[in-house]
Amino acid sequence: MRNAFCDSLLKHASDPDFVFLTGDLGYNALEPLQKSAGERFLNAGIAEQNMVSVAAGLANRRLKPWVYSIAPFLYARPLEQIRNDVCLHDLPVKLVGNGGGYAYGVMGGSHHAIEDYGLLLSLQNMRVFVPAFAADVAPIVEKMLKLPHPAYLRLGRDEKPKDLEIPAYAPWRPILKGGGPTLLLIGPLAGPWLSVLKGQPESRRPSTWVLTELPLDGDGVSAEFKADLKRSGHLAVAEEHVAHGGVGEMLPRLLLQAGEAPKSFSHFHAKGYLSGYYGSQQFHRAECGLTPENFLKELGT
Amino acid sequence: MGRVHPLEALDQIIRKSKKRLLQMHFEAGVGHIGGNLSCLDSLLVLYHRVLQKEDLFVLSKGHSAGALYVTLWSLGLLKDEDLKLFHKEHTKLSGHPAPGWMEEITFATGSLGHGFPLAAGLALGKKLKRESGRVFCLTSDGEWEEGSNWEALIFTVHQKLENLTLMVDWNGLQGFGSTQEVAGLGPLKEKFLSFGMPVEEIDGHDLKALEEAWGRKARGPRAIIAHTNKGRGVSFMENRMEWHYQPLTEAQYRQALQEVEAP
Repeated sequence: MRNAFCDSLLKHASDPDFVFLTGDLGYNALEPLQKSAGERFLNAGIAEQNMVSVAAGLANRRLKPWVYSIAPFLYARPLEQIRNDVCLHDLPVKLVGNGGGYAYGVMGGSHHAIEDYGLLLSLQNMRVFVPAFAADVAPIVEKMLKLPHPAYLRLGRDEKPKDLEIPAYAPWRPILKGGGPTLLLIGPLAGPWLSVLKGQPESRRPSTWVLTELPLDGDGVSAEFKADLKRSGHLAVAEEHVAHGGVGEMLPRLLLQAGEAPKSFSHFHAKGYLSGYYGSQQFHRAECGLTPENFLKELGT
Repeated sequence: MGRVHPLEALDQIIRKSKKRLLQMHFEAGVGHIGGNLSCLDSLLVLYHRVLQKEDLFVLSKGHSAGALYVTLWSLGLLKDEDLKLFHKEHTKLSGHPAPGWMEEITFATGSLGHGFPLAAGLALGKKLKRESGRVFCLTSDGEWEEGSNWEALIFTVHQKLENLTLMVDWNGLQGFGSTQEVAGLGPLKEKFLSFGMPVEEIDGHDLKALEEAWGRKARGPRAIIAHTNKGRGVSFMENRMEWHYQPLTEAQYRQALQEVEAP
């Protein structure tokens, strides 16, 4: 997804108001952007608090700053700078965190981003984009460029099944038809889940959706999704994010408020480091039960 | 804005503003008066004598919002009825500057260690947009315990932000002790110099020195350490830590007014 991101921004690098700040990351990926943006590509060094405040200052001057780092270094270290300098002022600073969820795998907990959108969506004016597939990145970048508010882009590793056709980008997308429960997937884990689920009999497998834009405020839940949920009566959400502040908390609240609560609900989510051991992204997903196999087992489908 | 009054006339403006500042804090029954009095002179000199239309200012020591409000009042940009709402319900004049309601308040501050990095962003933005004008920032001394300020110092020097001028209001006192007792902050000048930041030290209550220091243009970013007194001009407040917090009683308020009015 990082290359897709770089390619998408490259088109805009000649805009005299475009500015790109990196916290000393992007080696072997962002060089084309660096070349194209010239003096408006800045390596701000390993100093994320300053980098975010600087971006707020640039946005105040009507520049269009993008700020890039490994996700937790970008949303956790300078959280107060995001909160006060960017969000309280509703400045269009675009934050880009690489390595959503457990993507950095055995690099360890310091590099994981399993509470990013929960934290960020608790701030004023913040919007979040979680692409599930590399092809989502370009339309999302276009949306972010037009958005006059703070926004966060959570990048990960594309795991789209090769033989699966994904509909054109939309915040809510039905991907697999099924007669089972209504399943909502967030982020690149959609790839391995869809790989397994598409092989299941259509009458029993879940009706599977992908969601990419947050928060879910007002009438933010797709009408088609709600109709599907009404049919199935059973909601499941899977996300590489802790339960607290996740979609599995946001969505049921809205459904309850609207008097459209499903009969049952199950949530598959990140659970930190249950065993205390570290491994690949797949290792951590499996340890949290964030796998389609576990889903099928728990749902008894 | 700027150059509204000759330097000689500032003395009267300062007296009037100090009285108004005391009145605001007395009527609101709030503290932070000490740090407001330590930087009021420098703010008034900056706004009346130095700041031009295309310039920007960031008050990093947001707890001196009162001094900023009174300075804007002295220029007619805030009215008496605005100041009456200081620290009250349904007000824009909160204890620390609020965002998005007044062009002159570029950034809301209050948490320390934000204003200088923000000012660096403004200065870089001006450079990238080829805009004229300068960026000024006033920090407290205690807030140089915040790591973000040192990040910004490295950045400012490295990016050669020659349009950025930083002033540190060195009143020597912070929330729970002197800056020297709490974190051994000194020698700040040598620390700045070792980061490649030129520094000058001035008496932060000498109006001419303030005007020259704020006004001086250089080929790179520069810092001014302004030695000030917390509670300046009020005998029972000067250099006393409790005036970081304490509200004024009626008797103290009357005495403070008399002292400020005295020639």
